[in-house]
Amino acid sequence: MGEVYVITSGKGGVGKTTTTANIGTALAMEGKKVVLLDADIGLRNLDVVLGLENRIVYDLIDVVEGACRLKQALVKDKRFDGLFLLPAAQTRDKNAISPKQMQELCKELRDQFDYVLIDCPAGIEQGFKNAVAGADKAIVVTIPEVSAVRDADRIIGLLASNGLPYPELIINRLRIDMVKRGDMMNIDDTIDILGIDLLGVVPDDENIVVSTNKGEPAVANDNSLAGKAYRNIAKRIEGQEIPIMDFESDNSLIDKLKRLFGMGKK
Amino acid sequence: MFDFFKFFGKEESSSKNIAKERLKLVLIHDRANVSPSFLDMIKGDVMKVISDYIEFDKDEIDIRITKVRDEDSDFSSALVANIPIKRMKKIGKNPG
Repeated sequence: MGEVYVITSGKGGVGKTTTTANIGTALAMEGKKVVLLDADIGLRNLDVVLGLENRIVYDLIDVVEGACRLKQALVKDKRFDGLFLLPAAQTRDKNAISPKQMQELCKELRDQFDYVLIDCPAGIEQGFKNAVAGADKAIVVTIPEVSAVRDADRIIGLLASNGLPYPELIINRLRIDMVKRGDMMNIDDTIDILGIDLLGVVPDDENIVVSTNKGEPAVANDNSLAGKAYRNIAKRIEGQEIPIMDFESDNSLIDKLKRLFGMGKK
Repeated sequence: MFDFFKFFGKEESSSKNIAKERLKLVLIHDRANVSPSFLDMIKGDVMKVISDYIEFDKDEIDIRITKVRDEDSDFSSALVANIPIKRMKKIGKNPG
């Protein structure tokens, strides 16, 4: 019996799809059988992030409507065995599926996979309700900015009223240089405000744009710091105890001097 | 020496502290999760209760959820009602 995770954020553009693709790929690299379900009907993107856009024949709605069997709609990843995509329909809308149908679909997927990761659409309307309906656990993605954190807080409340009271947090796109200057909320600030457990921190990394350009998740790139952060997150999901990477260690001469004079950050 | 100016300490007003403070305030309001119709319901019931004792102008009643700072300078929510009195009713007056 597999576990069903929904990856959500409230606000758009904070990295839900990238996070889904990378955690899923990292879990598959660990030898797990993983399916990534794109719940963003009408605005699908998980296929392009994974580089599987040319292999789609059927989609989620075809399965629900009985136009094909589940097995026919699953797109197998080209690099990693055990990684599959169930694409969203692009020419339909969020009302083409109901929460109950989503629950049934998740039940079916859970029997066949170790992990089912659902990429939730932005917003709090029908698409969100569908995406969370069949999930056992929730991951909230945010970036350390006022609008994203505010929306994350709202989503945490809505998850609780949808039977998911203990979501875990991923802080995405942390700019270490800005944190050091005091111009970006740090990890502790963000956890302090949202009050949920931390699953991982992903530093801002140009490699994400490059890997998305190519359709190859950054976890496959050993030189990507964000890729490493996502690999760590996958290991934590598997129950391993991996500490959060130390982004803020004082290594520069100026930091050492500041500490000497007691002027550095606490 | 690019962050030379940091030696003179601008920590207090750093933009992340402003962000944090603003977020804390806005979230108190968000989390209270009150819709205007919810406040109207409270307003209606409050009017029902006090109308036996005082006369007031229905349109001047202001009921809202607001943020207050307590002694530990933490923020908490408070229900504040501002009801201008036109006249005390007889029942409310001190006899004698």
